[in-house]
Amino acid sequence: MDIVTSIANVQGLTALGVCLIFGMGAFGTAIGFGILGGKFLEGCARQPELGGMLMGRMFLVAGLLDAVAMIGIGFALFFVFANPFVGAVTSAAATAVGAK
Amino acid sequence: MSESTGITPTQYIHHHLSYWTVGEGFWALNLDTLLFSVGLGALLLLGMYLVVRRSTSGVPGKWQNFIELLLTGIHDNVKQIFLFDNPVIAPLAITIFIWIWAMNFMDIVPVDLLPRFAQFIGVHAFGADPEHVYLKVVPTNDMNMTFGLSLGVFLLTLYYSFAKKKAVLVVPNVLMNVVETISKPLSLSLRLFGNLFAGEILFILIAMLPAWGSWSLSLVWMLFHLLVITIQAFVFMMLSVVYLSMAHTTHDSHSH
Repeated sequence: MDIVTSIANVQGLTALGVCLIFGMGAFGTAIGFGILGGKFLEGCARQPELGGMLMGRMFLVAGLLDAVAMIGIGFALFFVFANPFVGAVTSAAATAVGAK
Repeated sequence: MSESTGITPTQYIHHHLSYWTVGEGFWALNLDTLLFSVGLGALLLLGMYLVVRRSTSGVPGKWQNFIELLLTGIHDNVKQIFLFDNPVIAPLAITIFIWIWAMNFMDIVPVDLLPRFAQFIGVHAFGADPEHVYLKVVPTNDMNMTFGLSLGVFLLTLYYSFAKKKAVLVVPNVLMNVVETISKPLSLSLRLFGNLFAGEILFILIAMLPAWGSWSLSLVWMLFHLLVITIQAFVFMMLSVVYLSMAHTTHDSHSH
């Protein structure tokens, strides 16, 4: 197969993969933060004097919620800027051309 | 800005994502990460030393007040989680929080400021090609840094896990903890790395917009990023303390 077509194929699929990573990470994080914030507001309404402590715990859990989404974003950005799959295609093409 | 120097956006991004690497293979050291992390640590130590030297038990000055605020805040948070007796925890938690926060804060410095300065020094003092002077100012942007931090904490938890418990059930214990052993340092490090890396990429992308977009959007993102760096430093510290406290629990019936 022609090298340009191969690279375009891989890049197109990588773009789709990156969008899925971003989208599903955002989806899960949004639902998680919604539930977390709702429970926090409920807790504050029940016992306003614990507001400060609850907010500290809320930020702790918020950091944990962000975690896997951010790991996904880190990898997705790596795929965008230094795509290893394209690298594999180009090196395979180089060896094929060299063998010919 | 990118038009006058004739580089494409992709080249700009790649330039900003490359480290100042010295050496090769296993010994490829990211000098910018090392210099900024150690330098920031030294700066913080110096600052705290200068304040502590003149501390008084009477009415405190501004800086002493600030440092006391910080330390009592960390102390209150850690005290609720770590219920054992270990003199290492307090300095560890303080160091982790303040150091990681300071390293993360380097992300707020404008994207081109320090790299341009380094380029200037490189071209005029060393005659280097300006395209090949790389400088990444955020140490926690580097997976090496975050893995170093999390592996350090992880080794501490391993040490205390073995030291504080009786040796009878070592083998089944270790086997049951394999998943934790893999996931804890990995998640601790990649969480911090992912947040900071994404933040820096966004700053770089915003810097490539025309002036109206660049100034307004970077203000917005910077304000949000201030929250993110504080949360991430806090989460790293709290999770380290939680893992260490889990390593110290013995479920010993006669110690209650």
